[in-house]
Amino acid sequence: MIGEGWKKVSVVSANAALIGGLIEACREVIATNADHLSELDRAIGDGDHGTNMRRGLEAVYAERNRLSELPLPKALEEIGLTLVMSVGGAAGPLYGTLLIEIGRQLGGTHVQDDFARALERAIDAVARRGRAGPGDKTLLDVLYPVHGEVLRRAGLAGISERAERAASLTFGMRAMRGRAAFLGDRSIGHVDPGAKSCALLTAAICRFLEEQCPA
Amino acid sequence: MNPKSANVGIVIVSHSPLVAEGAADMVRQMVGDCVPLAWSGGNAEGGLGTHAAGILAALERAWSDAGVAVFVDLGGAETNSEMAIEMLGEPRSGRVVICDAPLVEGAVMAAAEASGGAALARVVATAEELSP
Repeated sequence: MIGEGWKKVSVVSANAALIGGLIEACREVIATNADHLSELDRAIGDGDHGTNMRRGLEAVYAERNRLSELPLPKALEEIGLTLVMSVGGAAGPLYGTLLIEIGRQLGGTHVQDDFARALERAIDAVARRGRAGPGDKTLLDVLYPVHGEVLRRAGLAGISERAERAASLTFGMRAMRGRAAFLGDRSIGHVDPGAKSCALLTAAICRFLEEQCPA
Repeated sequence: MNPKSANVGIVIVSHSPLVAEGAADMVRQMVGDCVPLAWSGGNAEGGLGTHAAGILAALERAWSDAGVAVFVDLGGAETNSEMAIEMLGEPRSGRVVICDAPLVEGAVMAAAEASGGAALARVVATAEELSP
């Protein structure tokens, strides 16, 4: 269960192997899917989401040894900062804000064991940063449902499936933020690249945690 | 960095390096060297886009204790600029304002105002008068 899994992750056993493994899993899924993400972005954006994300994850991967030595909240903050500095576009600040805020929340004195609440606050920060909300055809359309699943303590496989389904649902949405918003109705009929990368990362993280913390 | 940094600084952020550099060049030709000025355009690979690291570097180059007025083009430029400003850290981040004004006209008007020694709020207000 993710609730239990994350409790273990955030408080007890955030060790070097775990952080390094998460980094590696994320880097791999983005490297494998970078072309597909850029293809999605070519339809409604500027075609570089895959390239940008790959650059970001490679930058994080290059620092994995140093990052693995940090406590998990600090590692998340620094990974977020690295993404901000290396990804660029809108994705850099959005993913960066997500991770930096999760790190800050987990590192705070009040919410140390509550991943769901840390995630919620971090998602709020992403929404503020992007001035976006649900249904705007962004990565938030994956993050909100993922948070919902975490909140009801769904299993890792359930979370991962929900993320994939949520990304697919952006197909029918009209983009309200970012470059895609300039396309108006023509943005309908394409999966949002940010939502897709978010679902891929969620799935990769869930897969990795399942291997680490079997139910 | 700038010897006359008593005046408010100007930073121009565009998805296109050519637009950013061109707008900065226009400002420079109009007000000379009396305002700290820097630009950031394009992504880390030189293509279209914006990135926080580049904007942060521009903020450092154009830094003035009187503050910095930032001009952006499309949405991502604003998001990345906000991120870069936060990364400056307090108290400097409190002395940077993203202007709600057209990139070229805003930067030129703001620079003209700044070159006369106006305070940040005045510089920003002058630029934002251009917005409907």
